[in-house]
Amino acid sequence: MAEGHAQSFWSRYVFSTDHKIIGLQYLFTGMFMGLVGAFLAYVFRMQLAFPGESVPLYGVVTPLQYNALVTNHGAIMIFWVAMPILIAGLGNYFIPLMIGCDDMVFPRLNRLSYQIFFLSTVLILASLFVPGGGFGGAWTAYPPLSASAQYNHTPWGAPLWLIAVALEFVAFLLGGINFVTTVMNARAPGMGPMQIPIFVWMVVIASIVFMASVGPLVAGAIMLLFDQLFGTHFYDPKGGGDPILWQHLFWFFGHPEVYVVLLPALGIVAEVITVFSRKKLFAYKTILYTAFATGIISFFVWAHHQFVAGIDPRMAHLFTITTLIISIPIAEMTFAFIATLYGGSIEFRTPMLWALAFIAEFLIGGVTGIFLGANATDIYLHDSYFVVAHFHYTFFPIAVIAGFAALTYWFPKMFGRHMNETLGKIHFWGTIVPFNFVFLPLFVLGAAGEHRRIYSYEHFSQLFTPGLQNLRVLATVALVVMLLFQFVFLYNFIRSLFAGEKAEENPWKANTLEWAAPSPPPHGNFAEMPIVYRGPYEYSVPGRPLDYWPQHVPQ
Amino acid sequence: MTHASEFQVPLATRRSATGIPTGRLALWWVLASEIVIFGGLLASYIMFRLHHPHWADEASHTNIWAGGFNTFVLLTSSLFAVLGHQAAEQGDGPKAARFLRLTVLGGLVFLGVKALEWSGEIAHGFTIYRDLFWTFYYAATGLHGLHVLVGMVILALVAQDAARGKNLHRVELIGIYWHFVDAVWIFLFPLFYIAR
Amino acid sequence: MSGQGTEATSHPNYVKVYLALLVLFAISVVGPLFGHPWLTLVTAFGVAAVKATMVAAYFMHLNIERRYIWYLLFTMVAFMGLLFAGVAPDVLAQGGQNWRHVRPAQPAVGHH
Ligand SMILES: [Cu+2]
Repeated sequence: MAEGHAQSFWSRYVFSTDHKIIGLQYLFTGMFMGLVGAFLAYVFRMQLAFPGESVPLYGVVTPLQYNALVTNHGAIMIFWVAMPILIAGLGNYFIPLMIGCDDMVFPRLNRLSYQIFFLSTVLILASLFVPGGGFGGAWTAYPPLSASAQYNHTPWGAPLWLIAVALEFVAFLLGGINFVTTVMNARAPGMGPMQIPIFVWMVVIASIVFMASVGPLVAGAIMLLFDQLFGTHFYDPKGGGDPILWQHLFWFFGHPEVYVVLLPALGIVAEVITVFSRKKLFAYKTILYTAFATGIISFFVWAHHQFVAGIDPRMAHLFTITTLIISIPIAEMTFAFIATLYGGSIEFRTPMLWALAFIAEFLIGGVTGIFLGANATDIYLHDSYFVVAHFHYTFFPIAVIAGFAALTYWFPKMFGRHMNETLGKIHFWGTIVPFNFVFLPLFVLGAAGEHRRIYSYEHFSQLFTPGLQNLRVLATVALVVMLLFQFVFLYNFIRSLFAGEKAEENPWKANTLEWAAPSPPPHGNFAEMPIVYRGPYEYSVPGRPLDYWPQHVPQ
Repeated sequence: MTHASEFQVPLATRRSATGIPTGRLALWWVLASEIVIFGGLLASYIMFRLHHPHWADEASHTNIWAGGFNTFVLLTSSLFAVLGHQAAEQGDGPKAARFLRLTVLGGLVFLGVKALEWSGEIAHGFTIYRDLFWTFYYAATGLHGLHVLVGMVILALVAQDAARGKNLHRVELIGIYWHFVDAVWIFLFPLFYIAR
Repeated sequence: MSGQGTEATSHPNYVKVYLALLVLFAISVVGPLFGHPWLTLVTAFGVAAVKATMVAAYFMHLNIERRYIWYLLFTMVAFMGLLFAGVAPDVLAQGGQNWRHVRPAQPAVGHH
């Protein structure tokens, strides 16, 4: 409608200012980087299971390459997969739709944010191929290892990696400002704060938490870059600096970052489970306030990552207490979701399976976090595979399970077609079952004392016991199986884009405003701008003929 | 940017559920994120400063008169910026533009003094490598200087528009940003020049 | 944009604010010249806080902006206080805290 003339491919899909196109750009970049990150994981897991042997599609892994693979797997999966998909991709696409307006408030800033993100993507990929190879100092980039090429042997890889991460931060700062301002100012008439869908709230809270926590790390990254490029001594004790400072600046951001990606994932789960249990979201306000509380408490827990770094032991006790406290709001939200399911008429469609799996799997991640958040047990488990397993039981549900829940739930809206339900379920079980076989063994390995940064256990005879090696092989085989099942998803996704069953405007009979727009929504989103009459979760309201009551329908 | 001519301001930009115009609301969030960037750097600096008593001697080599003059320059330029805003509110674009250009001039003087200061210090051996104090000094004043530079460019662009009576609401926005840069300097000045 | 007319009437006299800032500026330069640590702290940093607040209130118009913008900006400053409080114990004591070797209590003498 708004387009009076035919736009070229470039202005329509590459330099577009339309929030939906930018959302898809983020989404597809994130999915592509997901494949890259998965490939890296495949290579180093193969090295651990079959040390020294040539890895199919890669070759023999050298120790430096191993470090680079692990480091960039972590960084890519968090900064170039979880954040672009959950926050930037879905946030861009659905915030304007869910609050009933035609675009973000700053469409050109939005485009700039994607362009900076794209540049950072190019840089992080390029950093893997420069002389000396990619950075291998772990995604936490602790100095002195990260600060000096003398130690990390990656004179190009380390600064490039750091610049890429810093640019990614800038992109998400711009994006976050856009999200928050849009939701504050551009909501449809009638949509008060308590009528905003939980997913939108979660992206807003996540953006604010990101904004408030990343600043010191931006400053810290500038300082680290100075150390790397000019040889200054911000983090070097021999010049009066302090390596622990970086750890603090990093984790002051790093811990809230967990909640930056967790909250949108919880938002997705909230949307999906209400629709597929046909029941009002249990305790909307409690969930909302709890999310705010989580955001605030997440600033008080960061040093639980540094219990063995020589921090003040009295501080370690304080951070233990705050860390255990933060499990309360998360548990509260989980209970609210389970209470939503109670007594609902549950439909086990693919998105619902993913949402339920999120609750089950994240629970394991949350519970094992208690052992790491308490300083006494952490001193034993620190830097072991127990940490790796715990982390993946939180992040895999966040980035992958919630990501698939969102993709399968909103696919009909984004592309106007349905995905195949049978293939979707095959993919679901083919992902969830092997996932547990990848990471449950790692808990056992970690508890047995296996250190997480060892390239080949053949060098450590006491760890290379046959029983433990079998667990490593089990984890690797399960990973390969899980990765192979992703081709089912890719096939289903691409085939459904072109040949899926056509989707109507509101195929799931949902209440939120995005379902009031055509599928896929045109430029400008709505034929007629909606007005909001009620909250987003009025399902199965007694006395109504239909079991749903869209926000924009007057009566 | 080549497609700016096709760009239409969406309905979203014109809505204002909070009552704060969208541009200004976003600017507050920009400043909020700037506070934590400068805050992280300065908090680190203060910790080190308290830890290293000998930094007081290093600080005595910064030029308090150059720093003081620059404080005066920035304060004055802030006055021009706010007077420009007042003119813009009264709809007088050309007058607003004149004030904004005076503000740019203030930024120019500030950076000129800064450049003289830095080159003098470097010539006397107070380089970034001499001591961590100097690393912090160059990092913090450099980051601030970068903000001054960016502010000047935007001020000039807004002034150009304002002179033709266009986009007058932006006069207030760039002014607020400029005052923030001024406020940051208000803290940098005692931290790096006065306290010794 | 809307409501400009009402805002304009409540604007302070900018030149007066500017002059007050200059006076404060002079105090912040002169105070530390006496070399007294407490006087330096108050005149340099206390006055800086007052100046920054005045700039924020009158030049950035936070005094007539919605109240929660103050809270927003102040929360960010408070988070930096939190960062400082959490990090300073480590950076200020690079040799470690609480690691002093405490001798085991001496056996009590004279109370057989
Ligand atoms: Cu943490």
